[in-house]
Amino acid sequence: MSESNAPIDDTPVIRVENLVTHYGTRKILDGIDMEIHRGEIMVIMGGSGSGKSTLLRHLIRLERKTSGKIELLGQELDDMSKIEFYNFCRKLGVAFQGGALFSSMTVGQNIMLPLREHTNLDQKTMEIMVRLKLEVVDLAGFENLMPAELSGGMIKRAALARAIIMDPAVLFCDEPSAGLDPVVSSALDELILRLRDAMGMTIVVVTHELDSAFRIADRITVLDRGHILQIGTVEEIRNSDNPRIQALINRRFEEEDVDPDEYMARLMGEQPTG
Amino acid sequence: MPEPAKGGPAEFFERVGRTTTQGVEQFGYGAELFRQAVYWLFMGRFRRQRVRLSPIFAEAFEAGIRAIPIIAILNGTIGIMLALQGIHALKAFGAQHQVVFGVALGITREFAPLITGILVAGRSGSALAARLATMTISQEVDALRSMGVDPVRFLVVPALVAMMIMVPALVLMAEFVALAGAGLYITPTIDITMAAYIDQVIASIGVDDVMHGISKSVIFGMLITIVGIVDGSSVTGGAEGVGRVTTSSVVHGISAIVLTDMIFVYAATR
Repeated sequence: MSESNAPIDDTPVIRVENLVTHYGTRKILDGIDMEIHRGEIMVIMGGSGSGKSTLLRHLIRLERKTSGKIELLGQELDDMSKIEFYNFCRKLGVAFQGGALFSSMTVGQNIMLPLREHTNLDQKTMEIMVRLKLEVVDLAGFENLMPAELSGGMIKRAALARAIIMDPAVLFCDEPSAGLDPVVSSALDELILRLRDAMGMTIVVVTHELDSAFRIADRITVLDRGHILQIGTVEEIRNSDNPRIQALINRRFEEEDVDPDEYMARLMGEQPTG
Repeated sequence: MPEPAKGGPAEFFERVGRTTTQGVEQFGYGAELFRQAVYWLFMGRFRRQRVRLSPIFAEAFEAGIRAIPIIAILNGTIGIMLALQGIHALKAFGAQHQVVFGVALGITREFAPLITGILVAGRSGSALAARLATMTISQEVDALRSMGVDPVRFLVVPALVAMMIMVPALVLMAEFVALAGAGLYITPTIDITMAAYIDQVIASIGVDDVMHGISKSVIFGMLITIVGIVDGSSVTGGAEGVGRVTTSSVVHGISAIVLTDMIFVYAATR
């Protein structure tokens, strides 16, 4: 568990109640209930296809839910009009998995974009703020490079700088350490911890990297096939007696019971009955 | 979900049905996109979503100014080609001196707008589709939304405004170049001076003919942008998907232009 002096109080910054979502006719998330508190780092963990990225996309209203409630900073997301939501977005920062930096702009212009769009600050002030955030993510002096000239780890850090340029109340990170070598990945974890401690942000991290999850999390939500298996502190998750969580932690592949008739039918390409 | 039909006429009809619904859906999406773009263009400043001038200029430069050489060359060639064909056809009746009337009308009302529209669709419509598709795949459009920046306002409006100004401007230029090209061949062939040719051209076409060409090119500009954006944002899959939507945007863009042209001419000449 992370050592931190940052105050963690019990006001829920994010509240999800009985969230159900579909892609087409396929149910992705089913009955998700969770609360994330102010100043907390909540890691949403799960294997591929567990619905963790979908959950994140719903928390920032990139997808429309089937039913349930999602409250961010006390406001129900779907109750907001488009324009209200755009204004609300200033309080949120999102670092996407692949960075999602605009390839036609320099790193500096990328990070400056939210300032340019949402504030009336003059160019000089914005440039200073950009350099300030670049210092925070250890990318000082890189503002004039194009995203294509950066390495994977640098792209993620630049994306993080863009996500925090408006000093958001809530920061979302999608797979911050995926695809990076262990050293760069742990540097990113340190960075996330530092951000929370220095700025008191509430941080939601989606990841499938166990080491990273255990290092940064205050609490962990374990998702599996669209359901929450458990929400708890790092210790609680580590000591969980849920076999699927243990399988995930110990990187064990869990064999499913196979119905021989169904298996034959699948091989023959027949439609499942019933 | 109903089981998909296999083989036979049922499958054929199902495919036709699906394609039709998809087409109607895309048409509706395009119309909604246009409505939103107009909304942000005029209301954006009051909703803290201001449309900026610099991306409009950048788009106008890329889609307009940089297209000048190719559009000039091709329209000049089309002018010469029309003069060749016109004289060849009219010679049979000994009426080659009437060629200017047909060529001038054909260029201003039809050929210059159509050729320019097709070229811009192939050049800029496809580029727009590829850009949108790449941005969609790399989550850049999601990133815009999550920053509280409306993607229609940020990406579509500048392209739309630039195209709806630059395509007519290019068409106007194309008309001059094509008429000049035709003149180069016609003047020595039917033995008149350039001044006499220009007089004949001015006498043959009226303001309404020029306006006919210009006004439909405004619609072409709008169509090219909307088709490019609709195709680009419908991307699925990776790099292969980008290639697919880029190709289809050219086909869709040119089809939209030709069909709209026919409807426009029908409505305008009745």
